[in-house]
Amino acid sequence: MGEFKINKTFGEINKKIQDGSVVVLTAEEMIGATKELGPIEAAHKVDVVTTGTFGIMCSSGAFLNFGHSKPRIKANKVFINGVEAYAGIAAVDCYLGAAQTREDDPLNKVFPGRFRYGGGHVIEDLVSGKQVRLEALAYGTDCYPNLRHEADMALRDFPDAWLLNPRNGYQNYNCAVNLSKKTIYTYMGVLRPDCTNANYSTSGQLSPLLNDPFYRTIGLGTRIFLGGGVGYVIGNGTQHNPNVKRSENGVVMGGAGTLSVKGDLKHMSPKYLRGASLTGYGCSLNVGIGVPIPILNEEMAMFTSVSDDDILAPIVDYGLDYPQGTGAPLGYVSYAQLKTGEMDFNGQKVTTSPLASYSTALEIAVILRDWIKSGRFLLGEPQDTLPSAPFSGFEMLK
Amino acid sequence: MTSKNVLLIFKSNIMYKPVIYRLARDFELVFNILEAKILPRKEGRILLELRGSEDIIAEGIRFLEQNRVVVEPLSDKVWREDEKCVNCGACTGLCPTDALSMKRPEMTVSFDVEKCVACGMCGLVCPFGAMRDITLFDPFAEGRSDSK
Ligand code: SF4
Ligand code: SF4
Repeated sequence: MGEFKINKTFGEINKKIQDGSVVVLTAEEMIGATKELGPIEAAHKVDVVTTGTFGIMCSSGAFLNFGHSKPRIKANKVFINGVEAYAGIAAVDCYLGAAQTREDDPLNKVFPGRFRYGGGHVIEDLVSGKQVRLEALAYGTDCYPNLRHEADMALRDFPDAWLLNPRNGYQNYNCAVNLSKKTIYTYMGVLRPDCTNANYSTSGQLSPLLNDPFYRTIGLGTRIFLGGGVGYVIGNGTQHNPNVKRSENGVVMGGAGTLSVKGDLKHMSPKYLRGASLTGYGCSLNVGIGVPIPILNEEMAMFTSVSDDDILAPIVDYGLDYPQGTGAPLGYVSYAQLKTGEMDFNGQKVTTSPLASYSTALEIAVILRDWIKSGRFLLGEPQDTLPSAPFSGFEMLK
Repeated sequence: MTSKNVLLIFKSNIMYKPVIYRLARDFELVFNILEAKILPRKEGRILLELRGSEDIIAEGIRFLEQNRVVVEPLSDKVWREDEKCVNCGACTGLCPTDALSMKRPEMTVSFDVEKCVACGMCGLVCPFGAMRDITLFDPFAEGRSDSK
C-alpha cells in the first residue's frame, strides 16, 4: 500500500461523519460517480459507499436468554411456539435456528411440504412484538429443581436476545437451473424441468462483499445495518472461501466470501427479518444486511463501482449435479442479463427470476446512507480482516 | 376489445351441452381454453379467456348462466396481501401469464389480477405467504407419486 494517490483512514472519515461533511453514496450511485469522475477524483470526493442485500439466509438464528423461573430451571429442551431451540448450553440460554421446523410439521411426507412455520417465523413474530409460547423441560438438579416451565413472552421479556448468524451475505451465488425431467423444489426455489426457468439470489452490484471483493475494509468489528437495527460483523462466516475463481476485476465467479454477524434483536424490525417457507425444502429467514464501505483509496473506488455487467454467476444444474455434488458450472451469466428476466442457454430462451429483493436491498443501502449522513452511525474499523486472496491491482491505476 | 378470464362450472346434468360452441357462433366471442378438467364428483370446470367488446362478453356470460353454467370471474380467486410481499420476484418466473411481473428498473413486482388464470403456482412459490388463492383445481392432483 501507500502507492495510492488518495489515502484516507477510518478515523478521518469518522471525523467527517461527526462534523457533517461526509459524502456517502449507495453502491448503485457510485457506479455513475466513478464513471463520471474517474476513480481518483471519485475516491477524493466520496467517503463511504453503502451496500444492501435482503434474501433468504438459512444460516441464521437467535440466541435467547429467557430468564430464570421460580423455582429455577436448567432447561435441556426448549420449544418456542412449538419450534425447538437448542438448549445444550447454560441453564436458561438457547439458540433458535432459522431453519428449525415445528415438532408437528408434516415435513415432506406429502411432497412437496409447505413448511409454514419455523424458527425464522418465531424470530419474525418476536421482532413484531408478538407473544410467543415458551416451554422448557428439565431433568432437575439440586441447584435447579424445576422440571417444567411455561410462559407467554414477548421480546422485551427476554433479558437478552441477539440475532447471531454463522453465515450470511454470500459473495455471489449460483444461478440455478434444472436439467432433469421433473419439477424440483429446492432452496433456490421451484425449478421446472428441461431448464424452463432459472433462479438467482444475490443483489449483484448492491451486494456487500461484491463491493469489497478482497475484504480490505470488512472484518471483525465492522458496524452494519442488520435486520433494521445495528449489528456487527464478527468474523468470516462458515464456508468462507476467498480462493474461488475470479474475473479480471477481482470479482468472484461463484459463492466465495461469507460473513458472520451479530446484533441486538430488540432493535430490529420485521420489515427486514422475515420468516420464509420454501415449498418442498424447509423454513428459513430473510435477513436484511447493509455494509458501509469506506473509500480509503482509488482502488476501493474501483471496487465499489462494480456493476451488474461485470458480475458473473455460474449456471448450476440442481436437477442432478448439485444434489450429487458432481459436475461443473454449465456456463456463466451476468447479473445485468439475469435482471432482464431472460437468458439464452443452449440456444433456448430461459426465464430468469430473482429470489432476493433488489428493491429492498436498495432501500437498505439508502437507509444506511442516511444514517451515516445524519452523523448517528460511525464506521467500525475492523480489528481483524477476513481471509483474502492476492490481487495484482487494476491496470488503469498502474 | 377487452378480455376477461372466467371459471365455468358445469354440473353433470348439463355437461355435454354444446354451450361453448354457441358462444362463438351466436356471440362472435373469441375464447381461449386455459384449462379444463372433469372433477371426481362429475363436475366439469373450465377456465376460459373471453375476448370481445364488454357488452358482448356480458351477453355471453348471461347466456351461459341461462344455461345453468356457473360463471365466476377469476379475478376474485387470487389476491396479494401487499404488506407481506417483499418484492423478491421469486413468483415471476413461474407465473404462466405474466400476471406477476417485474417492473424494471425498479425491480418491484406488479400483480395484474386481470391476467391471472388462478393456476395456484404463486401460492406454492411465494416464501412469505403473500399470494392467496381459492383452490380451483388441486395443484397436486396429478403431482408426483414418487414422493420421498
Ligand atoms: S395464480 Fe398466480 S401464478 Fe397463476 S396466473 Fe395467477 S398470478 Fe400467475
Ligand atoms: S414471491 Fe411473494 S414476496 Fe416475492 S414478489 Fe412474489 S408475491 Fe411478493
